[in-house]
Amino acid sequence: MSSYLLGLACRECGAAYPAEARSICDECFGPLEATYDLERLRSEVTRETIEGGPASLWRYQPLLPATRDPWVDLGDGFTPLRRAERLGAEFGLPKLYLKDETRNPTHSFKDRVVSVALARARELGFDTVGCASTGNLANAVAAHAAAAGLRAVILVPAGLEAGKIASTAVYGAALIEVDGTYDDANRLSGEAADEFGWAFVNVSLRPYYVEGSKTIAFETAEQLGWRAPDHVVVPVASGALLTRVGKGFRDLHEAGLLEEEPNVRVSGAQAAGCGPVAEAFERGTEEIRPVRYPDTIAKSLAIGDPADGVYALREVRSSSGAVAAVSDEEIVEAVGLLARTEGLFTETAGGVTVATLSRLAVAGVIRPDETVVAYITGMGLKTLEAFGERFRPARTISPKLEALAEALPW
Amino acid sequence: MVTVRLHSAMRNLVGGSPRVEVQGATVREALEHLAGRHEDLARRLFDRDGGIRRFVNVFVEDEDIRHRDGLDTEVEDGQTISVLPAVAGGG
Repeated sequence: MSSYLLGLACRECGAAYPAEARSICDECFGPLEATYDLERLRSEVTRETIEGGPASLWRYQPLLPATRDPWVDLGDGFTPLRRAERLGAEFGLPKLYLKDETRNPTHSFKDRVVSVALARARELGFDTVGCASTGNLANAVAAHAAAAGLRAVILVPAGLEAGKIASTAVYGAALIEVDGTYDDANRLSGEAADEFGWAFVNVSLRPYYVEGSKTIAFETAEQLGWRAPDHVVVPVASGALLTRVGKGFRDLHEAGLLEEEPNVRVSGAQAAGCGPVAEAFERGTEEIRPVRYPDTIAKSLAIGDPADGVYALREVRSSSGAVAAVSDEEIVEAVGLLARTEGLFTETAGGVTVATLSRLAVAGVIRPDETVVAYITGMGLKTLEAFGERFRPARTISPKLEALAEALPW
Repeated sequence: MVTVRLHSAMRNLVGGSPRVEVQGATVREALEHLAGRHEDLARRLFDRDGGIRRFVNVFVEDEDIRHRDGLDTEVEDGQTISVLPAVAGGG
């Protein structure tokens, strides 16, 4: 057990539970969260101890609910935080940074949550893990389970991109396609976890799993010189990443690792074809209307019934952020713009984030004086279908110098 | 009769059985019928206004009742109502 983990507590009613494989409160069915011995953490953990740790998210082990497991850690996290001057110039944001999550072992931020969840799964003695996934989580669970010698059961909705399917199946996982949406697959995974006692990372191990998301905020602060940014833009699927990014900065301060109390504005990015959180934000309500049939090329964000949707709304509203929902055309345009200006090829979800950044900058929600961090959560090679004919050779020519001179676009 | 299938966290409230047979022509009638026999279950399922609590999802034949008529969703003899915790999943 991680030396600072105390147990689990209900986010709604505060009921306490031991640190076992359990995700909901018996009393109110509210979500459970990991609790830590903050007092001891403050007195024992310093910036220096963290900076001396491994070049992975496990440098933050004292703030995580598991101990680094060499069988599980594939070098997850500790991705580059890049100054994005050329993209920032497009939006009038001179202090724009990008957190490049494509650099994770399976090329998305999901390696963070899985690294933590599977380390905990092994501590708790599970031999079978699993998830319901829109693709990136499937890749991450399959790869980490393979490396750790665990069995993996992975449920995905029908119709995912070929790259996401191949980079799950290749690791030998039991990859099951469910004839339905992500929410259908997710409901089935909840019933399967309950029935078969498997460690579904985003169901039975959810309190541990979500803690992995906080490391993206920890790293951001460390990479900014142990300072929190002013504004972050985070893609929203279930809403778990957005809520933990906000909380991650506060936790770091509570642990005594940030001098200044963070005051981070948190904004969310969704696709118009599946934007239940953006829609509730617009309507000014906490009642999230689930989307039965998501219709967007941003399949990794196509969760119609976001588990942490209400908490994401609260984080955005209490921090004076905003949520936008962008069209498929804007997504593809933003993927191209990011690649052309920064040399970074993101999947559709990253396009959603960059398009939202543009929208919020134009609307004046994100201000030029703010230090802004946008989270580029996954890589473009996984969603090639979504780009159609958009990114293609300019011409096909015969191998002759004259033909090349003629074909050049400038 | 319709069948109500409960998540394991709720089973001990109805005597440990994962499936319970109840009467009712709508989800509301069926769940109220069940809750009427088990007071502890009632306060976990329903909020003060008689609606389903935020952290509970209800399905009829695998379809979320929020995509149908909510608690007024009709149920037929032999159909199954599933009650599951709402907070699960993520990408």
